[in-house]
Amino acid sequence: MKKQMADWLVKENISLNNSYFLLKLTLHKQLPEILPGQFVQVKIEHSPTTFLRRPISVHFVDRKAGELWLLIQQVGDGTRQLATIEAGEKLNLIYPLGNSFTLPADKNTSLLLIGGGVGVAPLLYLGAYLKERGYNKPAFLLGARTENDLLQLEEFSKYGEVHITTENGQAGEKGFVTNHSVLQNKKFDFIYSCGPKPMMMAVAKFAKEHTVSCEVSLENTMACGIGACLCCVEKTKKGNTCVCMEGPVFNINELTWPI
Amino acid sequence: MADLSVNIGELKLKNPVLTASGTFGYGIEYADFMDLSRIGGIFVKGTTLHPREGNDYPRMAETPSGMLNAVGLQNKGVNYFISAIYPKIKDIDTCMMVNVSGSTVEDYAACAEKINELDKIPAIELNISCPNVKQGGMAFGTNCAGASEVIKAVRKVYHKTLIVKLSPNVTDITEIAKTAEAEGADAVSLINTLMGMAIDIERRKPVLSTVTGGLSGPCVKPVALRMVYQTYKAIKIPIIGLGGISNWKDAIEFILAGATAIQIGTYNFVDPTVSVKVVEGINEYLDKNGFQSVRELIGGLEV
Repeated sequence: MKKQMADWLVKENISLNNSYFLLKLTLHKQLPEILPGQFVQVKIEHSPTTFLRRPISVHFVDRKAGELWLLIQQVGDGTRQLATIEAGEKLNLIYPLGNSFTLPADKNTSLLLIGGGVGVAPLLYLGAYLKERGYNKPAFLLGARTENDLLQLEEFSKYGEVHITTENGQAGEKGFVTNHSVLQNKKFDFIYSCGPKPMMMAVAKFAKEHTVSCEVSLENTMACGIGACLCCVEKTKKGNTCVCMEGPVFNINELTWPI
Repeated sequence: MADLSVNIGELKLKNPVLTASGTFGYGIEYADFMDLSRIGGIFVKGTTLHPREGNDYPRMAETPSGMLNAVGLQNKGVNYFISAIYPKIKDIDTCMMVNVSGSTVEDYAACAEKINELDKIPAIELNISCPNVKQGGMAFGTNCAGASEVIKAVRKVYHKTLIVKLSPNVTDITEIAKTAEAEGADAVSLINTLMGMAIDIERRKPVLSTVTGGLSGPCVKPVALRMVYQTYKAIKIPIIGLGGISNWKDAIEFILAGATAIQIGTYNFVDPTVSVKVVEGINEYLDKNGFQSVRELIGGLEV
């Protein structure tokens, strides 16, 4: 897939709450092919302490409306500045970057998509992509610290059953995603996961113990995003591997996590 | 349109805009974004005799106007370069040059000797200035005896244009530059990264796995420019200036300070097309100011 750099137009900047916002962007030309799991590199303007682009995973692609959605958490100066962008402004992106989630050959496979915090972002597009291709409706298992950190639940429910955990028990089952009863009650063939590394490691451990295929999406710190700088490497069985090019999605069998 | 061509030793460059090793992969990573033939040349990723895994993650820390890196010369070794990479890049219509590094004098020479055999690689850049490897690298570039030994050994086996990349982590960079000139280098490039560090105050630990790393980006530009200016007064061989160049104005500054050519490094990460924009900007500046050739600008600073 050819990588491109272009200015996108901010159609909407929707504040979801104090910490999270949703950008809906459009392009002056037809949207390119974008696969679930891929990301974009966003150039941040007007933030003196932000030098590099910010890698942001693709939350959703609405082809009818010609929109690319980015779900973003305000973490540092760069994302805080980005949160102030207004409809009508331009945003420079490099896209589409990275590999993508692997779709199983069998469309009747039982699929579970596990996300934590803002890591739920790429799973919405994955869910929609699966539906479009006639897969069994997947189940979503979405975890968050508090109710405030649960994002886009209505959107997710369009593509599958949504299960929830919060660490403080404000919503759904109390605890971590790996404690949720759905994991005990139902058998899954394939798990896709994105979220904080400790969560993904716990998910990977569960998958390994129950011999379920599992892919995780990593978010190692990046500079270039196009395989030039070798900063974002993850230790895999092949050695140090660029997350931006050979990832961000890895099968847990490729990784050297202590699980 | 002004004449943008410059010479570095026997090397003829179509224009003075090159891309810095470690920031431009093997060139092909950027081919989607720009026409590689529009720039003067490309220094590909640092290459060593034997494969290197590089340092552990985390290898990068962002700073205001720059970044620290501690990649540690991850590469698959010169034999892999020759068999797998060279065939893919040899027909790119610009000067393809290899940055050569090593842990020992023998390694440097053996690696350079192998690259000497490649028809489409007209020059190497000898990296005696990498701050991120435990042995070799900067250890050779921070004293004249070390620099002299490694350049001498490489000069014996390498018969094309030899560029020596200098470290700024020294008391007086002109001393190392003079050593390079005396040992037969055709040019020097400066600066490599400045040694720095960053601390995560929540964890009370260093951000980088190696504790220290190399600082690059616009924040180092004034230091780099000063070093190019000092070096220009000290040696006769051409200088390739780099360090924080992010637009054509920066490039003109380096040329006025004495650089025959320039390299763009870290800013490629922010704008993968910046190098082409710099070529265009230099050309417009020359036309606007009535210069026939970019060579008229080299060292043209009036103090």
